[in-house]
Amino acid sequence: MSDASSEKAPAAASFWRDPEKRAWLFQVLVVAVVLALFGYIFQNTLHNLEKRGISTGFAFLNNEAGFGVLMSLIPYDETYTFGRTFLVGLLNTLLVSAIGIVFATLFGFIIGVARLSSNWIISRLAALYIEIFRNLPLLLQILFWYFAILPLLPHPRQSIELGEAVFLNKRGMYLPAPITESGFGWVLAALGVAIVASVFIARWARHRQDTTGQTFPVFWTSLGLIVFLPWLAFGITGFPLSWEYPELRGFNFRGGITVIPELFALALALSIYTAAYIAEIVRSGIQSVSHGQTEAAYALGLKPGQTLRLVIIPQAMRVIIPQLTSQYLNLTKNSSLAPAIGYPDLVALFAGTTLNQTGQAVEIIGITMGVYLTISLSISAFMNWYNKRMALVER
Amino acid sequence: MSEGKTDYIPGQYPDLPPPITEVGVVGWLRQNLFSNWWNTGLTFLGLYLVYLIFVPLIQWAIIDADWVGDSREACTSGGACWVFIRVRLDQFLYGFYPVGEQWRVNMTGLLLAATIAWLTVPKIPGKRYAGLFALVIFPVIAYLLLSGGSFGLEPVETTLWGGLMLTLILALVGIVAAFPLGILLALGRRSKMPIVRALSVAFIELWRGVPLITVLFMSSVMLPLFLPEGVNFDKLLRALIGIVLFQSAYIAEVVRSGLQAIPKGQYEAADALGLSYWKKMGLIILPQALKLVIPGIVNTFNELFKDTTLVMIIGLLDLLAIIKAALEDPNWLGYSIEGYTFAGLVFWLFCFGMSRYSMAIERKLHTGHKR
Repeated sequence: MSDASSEKAPAAASFWRDPEKRAWLFQVLVVAVVLALFGYIFQNTLHNLEKRGISTGFAFLNNEAGFGVLMSLIPYDETYTFGRTFLVGLLNTLLVSAIGIVFATLFGFIIGVARLSSNWIISRLAALYIEIFRNLPLLLQILFWYFAILPLLPHPRQSIELGEAVFLNKRGMYLPAPITESGFGWVLAALGVAIVASVFIARWARHRQDTTGQTFPVFWTSLGLIVFLPWLAFGITGFPLSWEYPELRGFNFRGGITVIPELFALALALSIYTAAYIAEIVRSGIQSVSHGQTEAAYALGLKPGQTLRLVIIPQAMRVIIPQLTSQYLNLTKNSSLAPAIGYPDLVALFAGTTLNQTGQAVEIIGITMGVYLTISLSISAFMNWYNKRMALVER
Repeated sequence: MSEGKTDYIPGQYPDLPPPITEVGVVGWLRQNLFSNWWNTGLTFLGLYLVYLIFVPLIQWAIIDADWVGDSREACTSGGACWVFIRVRLDQFLYGFYPVGEQWRVNMTGLLLAATIAWLTVPKIPGKRYAGLFALVIFPVIAYLLLSGGSFGLEPVETTLWGGLMLTLILALVGIVAAFPLGILLALGRRSKMPIVRALSVAFIELWRGVPLITVLFMSSVMLPLFLPEGVNFDKLLRALIGIVLFQSAYIAEVVRSGLQAIPKGQYEAADALGLSYWKKMGLIILPQALKLVIPGIVNTFNELFKDTTLVMIIGLLDLLAIIKAALEDPNWLGYSIEGYTFAGLVFWLFCFGMSRYSMAIERKLHTGHKR
């Protein structure tokens, strides 16, 4: 026992001094607090629901809704169920988001490039656009278009026309509707074949370039295939597509596709607002590619077009795409401002009307939040995958 | 050394001025507006756009506008009717706050302006105390002043609050109360404890994944169900709870980006000095990280300021909502453009100012110690 003091392991730290044990104790405490909070909320909710005579559960989704909606992409009337109402709202949300994304991208890229223009006036105008629309609340913009500008449009009889096919007036926008006849499936099939063929051609061309160094005009060949094959099928099957034009009958237009003013105003405001953000993203993306890259590409003998296509755009896209995706996500979430002007989206129809009719607050808000959460989590999963694929491989 | 060629001696002739087409106004115009036919075309397109937008706008908003009067009869010239804004201005600023008590709102506003100046103007010393004052003392004073009920002040129900005052309250309380929660969440997300990290990630992703409007719906219809019987929060408090939860997730992400930007050596040095976790964070890491994320926080605040307008959908009368309500007054029908333009102008001034401030700070903080 003489050398006990030297052999003895350093005295085990007391329970309170051991960081690992302390961490576990702390975590157990956190879990206990969170569980207690949830339990408390759960108890209160059950008690409150019981007192108000609201039964919990999702059975209400099978009940008859008993109210109509302004606009629906699928057959719907008062006799359908609340479950159907949910679906109508979801589809309307997806519709306005899709329209918004297309136009926001279009405007955003145009304005972003204009912002970088060497022309002073164009670049100032683009900057003005960005600073104005980015610094105004989206809700204000939606209300402005819907309540201040749309009422200034003419009555149906004096509609603004575009080639006797597109009409714009107080009651909305009217577009010609395509009507497909038998045989149109062949056109779609031809389009599919063309796309698949283009993919194979691209692979083959890359392989040939890797082995022999010869290049092949992939882009023009693919474009030719994708345009030509469907047209060929279209001609052979005897042009199985006609257009139904909107017509003025009585006080309003009939036929064609009707874009209700609510959808028009919401999609317009969403596109204009998000375009300002996208323009900034495009500008910063293009500016993030240093000038040395262009010079290096020229030094290697690439032509200006090739430099843009093979050197600048791929690198700018690495910066642009993640931010662009998050703007698309924001746009989808922002489409939930629809109740302010009465566009029947998921929030207005389900978290608004259905909630008022059934009183199933917990279930309905839960489902609504779940839908948006699913959309945003899947988009961020895609983004992580993309970032991993596109990440710079460094030494 | 062929002498014949060097008959020019520098300075022998006066320097010629640069060609007039390359410098000054003409040179600038040639370079920026008319460098080639494509650029010239764009210039004319741009000028045409300016003509198309600004001439009618100035005509409507200034030249043809009516400024004085007290009813819609004063608006006869066909331009903008700013009389509407003048008549309703009181309501737009204070909501339905009693006229006799409005000095309290003004006092709070002045105090707020002074606090913000103290915080943001670099020349005024004592930033640390300014932060403490803004985060702790000012909210207490503001609450006592605005809601009254003590120090002989008349109590004013929150249902009477509205207009720009309510907008500012929602945004400021949202950011100030969400700030500590956001920092805790960011620390939780960077923590080595798996359960704490998982809970923080779940909380942050939940709020960031849903739109604010569903959060407001939740706090207005679900929160009353969560509380025990007899406890009832007023509408404003419920909206604030929703905003704070939502906002804390965004602040957490901003703060996390700052924590990630601090080099690992700082953490290791703090550990080597034997500092405890909270001392390490509070004395070494957070002061540096928070300085880095000031622009990010200002941007978040900017977004929140715009998002406060959504409270209209759950029935609170913020600036936008009260203007919308005023537009439905039968005496003033048809002045939507004026109303929304005024709202837009107010929001724009705040947001643009904030975004400029954040850019300036960013430039100032970009001191080049990055790689």
